[in-house]
Amino acid sequence: MCIAIPGKITSILNENTATVDIGGIKRKVNLDLIGGADSSLIGKNALVHVGYAISLISDEESEEILKLLRDLMDPS
Amino acid sequence: MMQNIEQKLISRINEHATPLRIMHVCGTHERTISKYAIRDIIPEEVQLLSGPGCPVCVTPVEDIDFAIALARSGKVITSFGDMMRVPGTTGSLFDARSEGYDIRMVYSIDDAIKIAKDNPALDIVFFGIGFETTAPSNAAAILRGIPENFSIITSHKLMPPAMEILTQDTNVDGFLAPGHVSTIIGTGPYDPISEKGFPIVVTGFEVLDVLLGIAMVQDQIGSDRSCVENAYPRCVNVEGNLKAREIMYHVFKKTDSNWRGIGMIENSGLALKKEFEEFDAINVHADIYDKTSHEKRASEIDNHENDLYEGCICAGILTARAEPSQCPLFGRRCSPEDPVGPCMVSLEGTCYNWYKYTRNKGI
Repeated sequence: MCIAIPGKITSILNENTATVDIGGIKRKVNLDLIGGADSSLIGKNALVHVGYAISLISDEESEEILKLLRDLMDPS
Repeated sequence: MMQNIEQKLISRINEHATPLRIMHVCGTHERTISKYAIRDIIPEEVQLLSGPGCPVCVTPVEDIDFAIALARSGKVITSFGDMMRVPGTTGSLFDARSEGYDIRMVYSIDDAIKIAKDNPALDIVFFGIGFETTAPSNAAAILRGIPENFSIITSHKLMPPAMEILTQDTNVDGFLAPGHVSTIIGTGPYDPISEKGFPIVVTGFEVLDVLLGIAMVQDQIGSDRSCVENAYPRCVNVEGNLKAREIMYHVFKKTDSNWRGIGMIENSGLALKKEFEEFDAINVHADIYDKTSHEKRASEIDNHENDLYEGCICAGILTARAEPSQCPLFGRRCSPEDPVGPCMVSLEGTCYNWYKYTRNKGI
């Protein structure tokens, strides 16, 4: 129920709706919870839950997780 | 590369093993843990406990009974697929559908609103369940405006108050906090729990994420620390989604809430604020709600076991005081095809996942 799936925002349909590509499937997604839809969001990755984007996903995700792992494995 | 990191994490968890009880409170964590047999690859003394993280499992029986009563009185009930087969006092929503009543599965509240707009002569009721991840979307839909023939059963739950209760009632040393709940609420609401001495690591849903969460809880225990750490930074930050919370608390207010199998927990649920009460199914269909309330606790339900059928130990499973294999019904009378208890229904239910992934190993 609480699972959310990442997808890429590909187009803006109106002030609160975008098309999001989720694993090759295009879905209409509501963006109210991330402040509404505007063209600056095209190309960004969103986390989608029950038809709503609940956050944008950080582009630096890999770097952040690798830092956590480094801190854990090789504390200095 | 990631596989190599997973192996290193498994080695680290094994090297640092001490007796430890780590609870997750998210059904999707249980799914990852069961599916990839994570309990089998970490030392026995590091126990992974399953908490009340499956929203349909903790939805109280009176809400299910109310939804079914509404269907039987001619309303159209809409909800997420997971909710459909959870047993109430006299069967599930799917059972009601097989009796000929109008029950429709939807992916989003917006689908339910569309049904209402397309069918102005019908009364549409949306059965709104879920934790902090889901409640904001329902609030956003209400704020945009909903048709007159649409109302909502609000059965949303908030996770930190339940975790607080578990620190008092269950033998637990630390928590894996739910990743997508935390996307909304951030990490702050867990601070009071960690300040009481319980390490908390916000954790994602891949195998690597879960292993990292376990290792970070272990690390806190090993260094005698307890704080909130974030092992899921790609989707969670400290403050969470402020806009989503603003929308959620514009429409909803906190209220005491009944968790199936656990009981009432203070300020652990959401109710519509006064200005939105006209959309509350309890008010719109007050006659049916009152009748259902009076009929509550009838027939087969065991009154003393938190609205569960006789023999069902979901109450213990939801609080990690029991495991599915200890249930006399598990795999016999109770299976995903014919669930007796709520934990056997959903893909996020502990019994469902144990049945699907561990049953054949003789556990």
